[in-house]
Amino acid sequence: MIRLLTALVFAPTAVALLLFALPRRTAPAVFRAVWVAASAVELALVVVVWAGYEPGGGMQFEERARWIPGAGVSYHVGVDGLSLPLLALTCLLFLACALYSLRENRRIREFAALFLFLQTTCLGLFVALDLILFFVFFDLSIVAMYFVIAGWGHRQAARAALKFFLYTFIGSLALLLGFIGLYLAASPHTFDIVELTEQNPLAGRSVYGALVLLAVVVGLAVKTPTVPFHTWLPPAHVEAPAAGSAILAGVLLKMGTYGFVRIAMPILPEAWREYALVLVVIGVVSVLHGALVALAQTDFKRMVAYTSVNHMGYIVLALGAAAATADSSEQARSLAVTGAVTQMVSHGLLTGALFLLAGVLHERGRTYDMGAYSGLAAVAPAFAAMTGVAAFASLGLPGFSGFVAEFQIFTGSLGPQPLATALSVLGIVLTAGLFLRALRQVFTGPLRLPDAPGTPRVFPDMRGHESLSVAPLLVLAVVLGVAPRFLLDVVEPASRSVLELLAR
Amino acid sequence: MSALLWALVALPLGAGVLLLVVGRRADRAAPGVALAVSATALGLAVAAAFRHPSARAPFLDGLPMRLTVDGLSGLLAVTVTAVTLVVLLFSAAEFGSGEARARFFGLMLLFAGSMLVTVTAANLPVLLMGWEVMGATSWALIGYWWRDPERTSAADTAFLTTRTADLGLYLAAGAALASGGGRNSSLSLDGLARAEEPWLSFITAGVVVAALGKSAQLPFSFWLSKAMRGPSPVSALLHSATMVVAGAYLLLRTGPLLDASGWGDDVVAWTGAATAVLLGLVAVAQTDLKQLLAASSCAQIGFMVLAAGAGATTGGTLQLVAHAAAKSLLFLAAGAWLTALGTQQLPALLGAARHHRTVGTAFTVAALSLAGLPPLSLWAAKDVLLAGALERSPWLYAAGLAGALLSAVYSAKALWFVWRPAVARPDARRIPAGAVWPLVLLAVACVALVVPAFPPVRDSVSRVLAASGQPAPHTWEFVLSAGLALLAAAAAWGWGARPLPLAARVKSGPADWLGLERAAHVMLVAPTMRLARAAAAFDDKVLDRAVDGSASATVRLARWTNDVVERSLDGTVGAVAAGTRALGRWARRPQTGQLHQYLAQAVAAFTVLAVVLVLVR
Repeated sequence: MIRLLTALVFAPTAVALLLFALPRRTAPAVFRAVWVAASAVELALVVVVWAGYEPGGGMQFEERARWIPGAGVSYHVGVDGLSLPLLALTCLLFLACALYSLRENRRIREFAALFLFLQTTCLGLFVALDLILFFVFFDLSIVAMYFVIAGWGHRQAARAALKFFLYTFIGSLALLLGFIGLYLAASPHTFDIVELTEQNPLAGRSVYGALVLLAVVVGLAVKTPTVPFHTWLPPAHVEAPAAGSAILAGVLLKMGTYGFVRIAMPILPEAWREYALVLVVIGVVSVLHGALVALAQTDFKRMVAYTSVNHMGYIVLALGAAAATADSSEQARSLAVTGAVTQMVSHGLLTGALFLLAGVLHERGRTYDMGAYSGLAAVAPAFAAMTGVAAFASLGLPGFSGFVAEFQIFTGSLGPQPLATALSVLGIVLTAGLFLRALRQVFTGPLRLPDAPGTPRVFPDMRGHESLSVAPLLVLAVVLGVAPRFLLDVVEPASRSVLELLAR
Repeated sequence: MSALLWALVALPLGAGVLLLVVGRRADRAAPGVALAVSATALGLAVAAAFRHPSARAPFLDGLPMRLTVDGLSGLLAVTVTAVTLVVLLFSAAEFGSGEARARFFGLMLLFAGSMLVTVTAANLPVLLMGWEVMGATSWALIGYWWRDPERTSAADTAFLTTRTADLGLYLAAGAALASGGGRNSSLSLDGLARAEEPWLSFITAGVVVAALGKSAQLPFSFWLSKAMRGPSPVSALLHSATMVVAGAYLLLRTGPLLDASGWGDDVVAWTGAATAVLLGLVAVAQTDLKQLLAASSCAQIGFMVLAAGAGATTGGTLQLVAHAAAKSLLFLAAGAWLTALGTQQLPALLGAARHHRTVGTAFTVAALSLAGLPPLSLWAAKDVLLAGALERSPWLYAAGLAGALLSAVYSAKALWFVWRPAVARPDARRIPAGAVWPLVLLAVACVALVVPAFPPVRDSVSRVLAASGQPAPHTWEFVLSAGLALLAAAAAWGWGARPLPLAARVKSGPADWLGLERAAHVMLVAPTMRLARAAAAFDDKVLDRAVDGSASATVRLARWTNDVVERSLDGTVGAVAAGTRALGRWARRPQTGQLHQYLAQAVAAFTVLAVVLVLVR
C-alpha cells in the first residue's frame, strides 16, 4: 500500500497532462476513451482503498511529507470514515460525467483535461489533513470549475461563472483567515489538522474561538451553500454544462459540509457547542427557504439547484443539533451526524443524476423551461422513468438513500431541537410537491415539445451512454436505501469520534 | 422461521420491481407472473399467520429492520394477500393487451408488498418505509393513465395529502427516540406506550395524524374522492385491504399508546364516529357510483377507527376484514360495469344488475353487507365493535348507530338504481367470464365472514389477537341494528331517485365532500404557493441584488479610487515637484556671479548668525 492516496489524487492530473502531450489532430474518440479509462481506474483505486480500510480504525493510509516546514505546513493526507465515502462518491460521479460526455464534441481535449484536474482537486481536498493543503485544493477546485462553466456553459455562462468564482473565492478568503487564526493559536504553530484536533488550541478562549469559528463557518457556508450565501448557486447551475452541474452539486458542495465535520467541529468544539443554535437556525432557514423558492421555479434546472440548498440545510441542522450534549442520548447524536454524512453521499448521487437528466432534457429541447414540455413519457419512457425515480428518491422516499439520510437526521435531531426539526420536516412535503408538479408538467398529459426555430422535432429517448451514466447512480441510491450497512459501518465509528471530540 | 417472513415481503416487492424494470417487454407475461406471485404470497401469509415468525436485519445505528407476525398482523397479511389475489384475477381478465400490463401488475405487487411490510413491521422505521412506499405506489397507480391531466392531478393530491399526514410518523420516531433515555432505542411499536410526557403526547399526536391521513378520515377525506380516477382494480385494492385501512390498522396496533396518552383514545374514537356520520351523508349525496363507494369507504373505516379508540380490537379487526371483502367486490363490479356500459353515473346505470345477473347478484350481496343487513358480515362486525363504543359512552354508540343507518341508506340507493327495470343497451360490451368468478368468490366471503363475529369463533379471534376483556354485544344490539338498517334501507328504496326536499345549499355540502378540498386549497396550498413566490422574489430582488449590488459597489469604489484618490495623490506628487522647482528658482536668485553682492550676502548672513548666537547664549 505505498502512497496509494497520492496516486489516487494525482493520477488524473497526470493523465490530463498526457492528453496535452498527444498531437492535436488525434481523434476525439481517443481523448474520450482515455478520460473514461482514467476515471474507471480511479474508481477501481478507490474500491481498493475501501477494501483495505478497516472500519473504526481511525485515520488510515496516512502519508506525510515535508512541504513548507518553516510555516508549519506539510503534505499530510489520510482517510477515515468521513472522507472515504466522499472519495468513493467523487470517483463515481466523475466516471458518470465521463460517460455522459461521450458525445461531447466541443474542445474535448481541454474538457477532459479540465475534468481530470478537477477530480484531483476534489480528491485532494477530501484526503487533506493539513489546512493549507485543504485550502489549496479548495481554491483550485473553484478555478477549474470556473473554466468549465465559462468555457462550456450556455449563453450567459461568463457572467454566472464570474459570479461563482468571485463569491466562492471571497468565501475561501474568510476560510483562510480562520485557518491563520488557528495556526497562531496553536503552540507549536502548525496547520496540521490532526495536531490541531489533538491540541484543541482555542479551549477556554471564547472570543478568539468565536471569531475563528465565524471565519471558518462563513467560508464553508458560502461553499455549501446555506441561506443567505446561496445566490451564486442557481445561475451557476443554470448556465453550467450538465456534467459541470453534476460535479458542482454532487461533489463541490460537499466540500463545505465536509469542512464542518473535518475542521470546524473537531478543532473548535467549544465554540461550535456555544453557537450550535445559530447553525440550527441557518439549517432550518435553508431547508424551508430552499424548498419554497424551488417550489416557485419554472426552470427545471434552477428548481433542482434550489433543492440542493434545501438538502444541504438538513446537514447543517443535524450538525448543529448534534452539539447538544446534555439533553439527548448518544444514539440520537450519532444518528444525526451519521445522517448528515449519509445525506452528503445521497445528495451527491441523486442530484448528480438529476442534473445529468436535466442535461438530457436540454440537449433535446434546448430549454429547461418546464412549461415548454408536456407528455414526454409518450416519446421517452426510459427518460421519464429515470427522472421519476430520481425525483422520488430526492424527495426522500423510503427505499432510496435520501430516506436513510433524512430519517436519521430527523430522528436524531428531534430530541435536542424539537421546534427546529418539526419545522424542517415540512421541507419533505414541499420537495414532494415541487417534484410531483415538475413530473406532471413535463412527463404527463398530451405530448408537447418546444418548437423554437432550430429545435429538433423529435425527442429521442435515453441513449446508451446517458443511461450508462445515470442508471448506476440510481441503482446505488436504491442499494443504500435498502441495505445501507456497508456505508454506515464505515461512517458510524467516525461520527462517534467526531462527537467525542466535540464533547471536549 | 425468519426466511418465511422475508419471503412473504420480498416476493411481491421483488417481483413488482422486476416487472417494472423489464417494462413493456414483460406485458405478455405480467398477469401470469403476478398471479403466481400473489398466490404464493397468500400461501406464505397463511403459513406466517399460524407460525408467527419474526425477522430482523441490521439497518441503522441501533435501529434494526424488525418484522414480526402476531395475531393481528397474521390476519391482516392473509386479508391483504387474499384480496390482492382476487383483484389480480379480475384484472388479468379485464386489462386488455393494449395496456401497459407490466407496469400495472408490477405496481400492484409493489403496492401489496409495501402493505405487507406495513402490517408486519415491528418498529417505526420499517413501518414508515412500507407506509410511504405504499403512498408513492398509490400515486403511480392512480395516475396510471397518465395522459389524462385530471388523473395525474388526482394522484398528486392523494400523495401530497397522505405525505403531509405522514410527517406525524417522522416526528413520532424522533420523539420516541428522545423520550426516556434509550428505553425504546429500537423504536419498537410495542414500546411506544412506555414513553414519558411530554414526548408521549407528541408520539400519540404524530401517530394519530398519520393514521387519520392515510385512512382518509376527517379532515383528510377529500383525497380519497380524487383517488377514484385510477383504474377500478386499483380502487378495489386501495379501498379494501391496503392504503386506507393501513391507518386503521396502525391505530388498532397502537391501542396501548392511545390509552397511555390519556386523550388519544377519545380523539380517535370521536373522529372515527364523526367520519362515519359525515362521510355517510356525503355518500348518500353522491350520484356517481364510485364516488358513493369512496365516501362509504371513509365512513366504514370510520367504524374501525372508532373501534381502535374504544379499545374494541376484535370488532375493529372483524370490520376491517369484512369490509375488505365487500368493498373490493363493489369496486370490481363498478369497474366491470364501467368497462361494459361506459359509465359510473348512477342514473346511467339503471338496470345494470339485470344485464349481468351474476355480477348484479354479487354486487347486491356486498351492498347488503355494507348496508348492515343480517345475516351478512358487516352487520355483525359493526355490532361487535359498537359494543365497545357503548361501554365507553352511549353518545358514541348513538353516533355509531347513526353511521350504520346512513350505510343502509346509501347502499339501498345504489341498489335501487342498478335493479331498476332494464334499459336496452345495444352497445354494451360483454363482461369476460374470467372477471366474473372472482366476484362470486368475494360474495361468498361476504357471507362466510359472519361466522367469526359470533362465539365461539369470535372468542378464538380475540385469543389470536391477544385482546382480552373484549366487550360482547347483547342480543338486543344485533336486533336493534338489524331493525334500523332494514327500516332505513326500505325507506331509501321506497324513496327512490326523487330529490330530497332540501335547500340546494344544504345538499351541496355533502355532494361536494363537505368542501374539504377547497378548504385545504384555500388554507394551505394557496398560502404556501404565495409564500413560495414571495421567497423567490426575496431571493432575486433582495439577496441576489444585494450580492450584485456589493459587486457593483466594489466597481464604483474602484472607479472613485481611480478618479478621486488617484488624481489627488497624483496631484500631490505634482505639487511637490512644482514646489521643489519653485524653491529651486528661488535658490537660483542670489547666485548673481558678482563678488560684491556675495560679500554683502555673507555679511548679512554672519550678522544674523551673530545675533542668533548672542540671543541663544
